[in-house]
Amino acid sequence: MSIQHHIHGDLLLAYCAATLDEGASILVATHLALCSDCRSDAEIVETLGGIFLENATTNQKQEKSDQKIFASIIKSHQSTASASSKSSLDSFVFPEPLRSYIGGDPDELDWQPVGGGIRQFLIKTHDSQTTARLLMIPAGKRVPDHGHQGFEATLVLSGSFYDRDSWYRRGDVSIADSTVIHHPAAGPEEDCICLAVTDAKLKFRSPLPRLFQKFHGI
Amino acid sequence: MKKAAKIISLNPEQYTNYSSKDLSKVNKPPDQISRVMSDYLVAVAEHQDQEAFAEIFNYYAPSVRLYLLRNGVDASKVDDIIQETFAAVWAKSSQYDCNRATASTWIFTIARNKRIDAFRRENRPEFNPNDPTFQPSFFESGEQAMTVQERAVTIRDALTQLSPEQREILQFSLFEGQSYTTIAIRLGIPLGTVKSRARLAIGKLRLALGGQGEDL
Repeated sequence: MSIQHHIHGDLLLAYCAATLDEGASILVATHLALCSDCRSDAEIVETLGGIFLENATTNQKQEKSDQKIFASIIKSHQSTASASSKSSLDSFVFPEPLRSYIGGDPDELDWQPVGGGIRQFLIKTHDSQTTARLLMIPAGKRVPDHGHQGFEATLVLSGSFYDRDSWYRRGDVSIADSTVIHHPAAGPEEDCICLAVTDAKLKFRSPLPRLFQKFHGI
Repeated sequence: MKKAAKIISLNPEQYTNYSSKDLSKVNKPPDQISRVMSDYLVAVAEHQDQEAFAEIFNYYAPSVRLYLLRNGVDASKVDDIIQETFAAVWAKSSQYDCNRATASTWIFTIARNKRIDAFRRENRPEFNPNDPTFQPSFFESGEQAMTVQERAVTIRDALTQLSPEQREILQFSLFEGQSYTTIAIRLGIPLGTVKSRARLAIGKLRLALGGQGEDL
């Protein structure tokens, strides 16, 4: 099954440059774990980083301190065999690095209801700019009509959803900005679990979800 | 250790007189130097080759320094990060796969990660290729049509074909660690324009490597 909806170039560049917020970085890194096309794009960007490094060598001279730095690296270098950690084979829904952030399988999480049968799990980060959350949308259920003040990226982890004439399945990313008003619906086959990253509050169009939003910090 | 200390003081003119390694290549274009550096990195991994490590350090330390300074790292901390970066280059050299990345690319990612470890409060999560959920690609064994060195040359050429406006976004973001908002303010252009230039630039590089020019 190949992925149809990918990370945009600007998001990938910011991720590789390490200028992207932590919340959005979780989404990009988890998509990369599932998508070799975007990994190949990330390799292009990192190669570019290497090229910038090479270009910078031409005008740069050695500093006096370099010799000291070099000497202390040699001194402290001891070949240490790094122990490789084995990861458990049980958990397939959440790829790394997402799984480390969540610390469990879907049925072990403390999901919070957010209305309409939809549940969320907020992911703790050091990031104050973006909010990263898991959403569980019951099979066949629609998310209420909403727009965004900022950016929303959604990565499907299990099940599927239909939005703006496209199906999104595991690994697919849907990106919406402030111009988009939509009401995605989960596919009928199973509950849809996705990772949603937003950098501003959602704007629900009808009053009931807006009231819910107040209480649940969506 | 004595020997290495001697090597570090070599100036570029002396490189050609240094016969134990094929250092005459050092005066050649960057992509060829990159190939030589890649060989050195393998030598460090396989034989703990201190001379090869010294060559790598001599070549890259000045540009890693510039990278850190451009990223706003305090001058008093720069030496520490350079040390951590190259200590990691040596310690992790066995993980370097010359079929997957050029030496420059690999060292760039290490310098970037050391900078983040030291100065970014937020984490920068990464995927784990050994994770059972990781989806390997058809080509991931390194059997692509082009070698990484050829790909790097293609990217280098494609970079010169970009408009200066696109190129500066890449430089500001990747080499100076500036957010798109900062770049927009610096250039006095809308945030959306910065992002679309970034997107177009990446698309053109992808196109040069035989991929699609448009974001999917």
